Amino acid sequence: MMDWFGFLFLIEVTIGGLLSGVMYALVAIGFVLIYKTSGVLNFAQGAMVLFAALTFVSLVEAGVPFVFALIISAAIMVALGFAIERTVLRPLANRSPMTLFMATLGLSYIIEGAAQIIWGTEVHRLDLGISNAPFQVAGVFISTFDLVAAAIAGVLVASLTAFFRWTRTGLAFRAVADDQFAALAVGLRLDRTWATVWAAAGIVALVAGLLWGARLGVQFSLSLIVLKALPVLVLGGFDSVLGAIVAGLAIGATEKLAEVYLGPFVGGGIEGWFAYVVALLVLLIRPSGLFGQKLVERF
Amino acid sequence: MSAIVDTPPQTQNYLRHWPLVAVLLAAFIGVPAFAPVYVLEAILLPFLALALAGVGLNLLTGYGGQVSLGSAAFMAVGAFAAYNIQLRLALALPVTILLSALTAATVGLIFGLPSLRLRGFYLAVSTLAAQFFVQWALTKFGWFSNYSPSGVISAPGLTLFGYSLDSTTSRYLLALTLVTLITLGVWAFTNGPLGNDLIAIRDNETAAQIIGVPVLKTKLVAFAVSSAIIGVAGFLWAFTYLRTVEPAGFDLDRSFDILFIIIIGGLATLRGAFLGAGLIVVFPLLLSRLSALAFGGMIDSGVLELVQRIILGSLIIAFLIVEPNGLAAILDRVKRGFARTF
Amino acid sequence: MSFLKRITITALAVATLAAGSAARADEQYFPLQSYRVGPYAAGGTGFFGGFIDYMTLINTRDGGVNGVKLVWDECETEYAVEKGVECYQRQKSHADIAAWNPLSVGIAYAMIDGVTADKVPLITVNHGRTDTTDGRVFPYVFPLLLNPYSETSGIVNYIASKEGGLEALKGKKIVVLYHGSPYGKETIPIYELLAAKYGFTVVQIEVPHPGNEQGAQWLQIRREAPDYVVLRGWGVMNPVALTTAQRNGFPADHIIGNVWSNSEEDVIPAGDAAIGYTAITTQASGNQYPVLQDIIKTVYDAGQGNLSDKSRIGSVYHNLGIVNGILNVEAIRIAQAKFGNRTLTGDEVRWGFEHLQLNPARVKELGAENLFHSINVTYDNHEGEGYVTFQQWDGKKWNVVSDWIAPDWALLRPIITKSSEAYAAEKGLPIRTSEEADQVTQ
Repeated sequence: MMDWFGFLFLIEVTIGGLLSGVMYALVAIGFVLIYKTSGVLNFAQGAMVLFAALTFVSLVEAGVPFVFALIISAAIMVALGFAIERTVLRPLANRSPMTLFMATLGLSYIIEGAAQIIWGTEVHRLDLGISNAPFQVAGVFISTFDLVAAAIAGVLVASLTAFFRWTRTGLAFRAVADDQFAALAVGLRLDRTWATVWAAAGIVALVAGLLWGARLGVQFSLSLIVLKALPVLVLGGFDSVLGAIVAGLAIGATEKLAEVYLGPFVGGGIEGWFAYVVALLVLLIRPSGLFGQKLVERF
Repeated sequence: MSAIVDTPPQTQNYLRHWPLVAVLLAAFIGVPAFAPVYVLEAILLPFLALALAGVGLNLLTGYGGQVSLGSAAFMAVGAFAAYNIQLRLALALPVTILLSALTAATVGLIFGLPSLRLRGFYLAVSTLAAQFFVQWALTKFGWFSNYSPSGVISAPGLTLFGYSLDSTTSRYLLALTLVTLITLGVWAFTNGPLGNDLIAIRDNETAAQIIGVPVLKTKLVAFAVSSAIIGVAGFLWAFTYLRTVEPAGFDLDRSFDILFIIIIGGLATLRGAFLGAGLIVVFPLLLSRLSALAFGGMIDSGVLELVQRIILGSLIIAFLIVEPNGLAAILDRVKRGFARTF
Repeated sequence: MSFLKRITITALAVATLAAGSAARADEQYFPLQSYRVGPYAAGGTGFFGGFIDYMTLINTRDGGVNGVKLVWDECETEYAVEKGVECYQRQKSHADIAAWNPLSVGIAYAMIDGVTADKVPLITVNHGRTDTTDGRVFPYVFPLLLNPYSETSGIVNYIASKEGGLEALKGKKIVVLYHGSPYGKETIPIYELLAAKYGFTVVQIEVPHPGNEQGAQWLQIRREAPDYVVLRGWGVMNPVALTTAQRNGFPADHIIGNVWSNSEEDVIPAGDAAIGYTAITTQASGNQYPVLQDIIKTVYDAGQGNLSDKSRIGSVYHNLGIVNGILNVEAIRIAQAKFGNRTLTGDEVRWGFEHLQLNPARVKELGAENLFHSINVTYDNHEGEGYVTFQQWDGKKWNVVSDWIAPDWALLRPIITKSSEAYAAEKGLPIRTSEEADQVTQ
């Protein structure tokens, strides 16, 4: 039987896991935006996160005020998104998804290399002014930082949803996501939509980069957080923002619960692969993720 | 209906084999006689191991249309299996290699099971489970590394029929022999009935099923054979090239390298794996030598590495844009050009 | 900061080198398999920066080691084994190699057979394979100053000193949070051994590589409620451990870092979560030591420093590089005293390392008093009984908070010998005697 303390601990593990899950979802959303419109699994998302965070932190260290640094970094990420569309995606239009995936791998080399040549390889501290200290609710520790991060993620998702629901570009985005050929047929500019989406993914990368950067420090390893986002994508479906959020929460919580309660029996350290196995098992029942569209089957 | 990978048209003329024979003669006789140790140790040995891994992955991805991001894990399985078989059973080298290939095939079969249900990127990302699980298990359980305190093992010596194969040249010849034999085997496989089934499934699974191709069986066989070959590549990497075995050497980056090799080299061609591996191994070395010559060591080695990375990334994208069928297609064009000129 | 500046600095250094070699003086060459990019760049730039700075100091201040100029070149490995091997193959054709210093266990492993055949020493300062301490089995490998076992013993001894003696460890609970890699796992049996010996409980928890998410591990730690947490981390795992500890309300001053969790780069990203965190080191940080002052004056003020960010002078990795430089240079000096002031062969330098005995007085002469304690390498002890000290992070810099502490070498030696002899048996290697160690290939 589980005693009261044990029960509180279970709650705490679950909450901690859900909050980590928000952080995973934050990275995953960047992938979803791009996949939905262009069918590209953008492996360079991690490099974009690194690039965004490095740009921001270097600006701040150079004495640029916080808000301006944020605006400049966002502008740079938007410009990067447009540049990628122009130089990589457009020449590769109508190619197989695998070719595009490989191109984004190449892209990640370029962005990582460029980020470190421009800004150096030092480790930076990124202070967003959000406290790390925990507070207690009925004996359960909750991290302020994680809550704020979750709130920011919520605002981000809400504004993305609003953008895609109520603006012309957003409508175009949804049209392209629904049916590329029909969208072309009614005269929508595919390239423009793609550019916008890559720019939006750049902004998402900036937000993820800031929040993750505050946790990890801004350094090369920041680009490795994509590995946390991939199982979330598989589970939630590559083309569903809602799926990314739900799957992020699910994976965050399962992974923590597994590490804490299952880990000791196999020697621990299972977080690296456990999420993938969970995603796999779910996939065996639902082959295109929890919220993914069935037509993915066609590949 | 779009496949997940672009595939080139099959080339058909297999009659003119003389260039291949010439290459093999040069590799078996010319290279050991003339090449300096550096070329063997730092270029040809990794080249052979990676090319073989490329051949294995090409079978799965190029011919079978199933993308795997876990190749390095199967290399690790092959390497660790060979280490443990040699350590615990002390069998003859060919048997050791065969058994480690079988082990890799078995593990490949298990991680290939999802391919029966999953397609495209869902399958690709799922193969990452293999990547991370295998690395974890090899680090976690000391038995695999014979409880070596630091988990890194020096590969034991290689002997064949009482002769030591530890010299650079004999390791090279061992690797070359294995790669040649396996590549011939794959060539026969892809041109046989199973190979045709595989291509049929890649091009249109439903249609293949209707005309009576055993889809499930073929897919699993592809996974098993591909993993077995990649396992042997892992053996080559650990035993003939680095001569140490450690899980960290078989990380995700290695898996991506192998994927690069077959995409840049050319999918569904055997030449492609070799051309791609040549590029991945030789290109960075060439670049660093060239810049050392051009700038006389003025550029910091770190910056150089970053510049190389940018150039390599650009090259990958440029290749994908300009020649989607890879180096193999370029080679074909060059050959045709020659044929016209003479 | 900027790489452009770095390029010009390197150019200058190369120009000086070129001028030096034109005189055709005796030279001793150091192949540097450095890593300045990738996940471990911070360690690589600091360590190799310090090493190069010290060699530059010796060349400019003293005109080399007894007139023998030190030369080097760098080959980038990104910490990847196969790149390190390629560098080894490339650099080994260079004449007059003194010693290899790859600062990577994986690369060092892949080179052991090679350097043994070449008869050139391989230095793995503060890290490396523990059983290479036994020089009878590994004649050319030197885990100088501190091997992982001694480090473990040093940490436990420090905790004991904080608690009031080894007896006070009884009944205490220590959690070891280790990186999920062969490196991280290497000391598991030693913690078990020491726990059994001193009667404390040890719980060892793994953090999967790279360690950018540790919520679960720190929840487990909170449940265990240990007296101390030992952080056996690497790279990004360290700052994340500290911030996660703070989020779980675990006090930083009860977290003790190991030798790869002890740098500025490990704590700065964690911000105020790192204040009070304490870590082991073999070399104190700071630039107040005479040798560092010399480096600042002779090397940096002349614009020849290797670090692009001058604020990193005297940082943990930089000082490790400098100490590593001192050890390499002194080994050459000691060998020169026997073989003559000329370019030495690798085997002669090996002899020098096997007689690398620097007592505190000699360390003081070298301008390194309190930077590191002493070293006492012999043919069968390639570690050389390095002392350790502990530094606490105050949010800005590290402050030494302990004396020089001796690990329990006598306790550990039989375990090391058992492992090295098993290795010798497995590989069919001879066990060297002291007479054999004195036979030197010239």
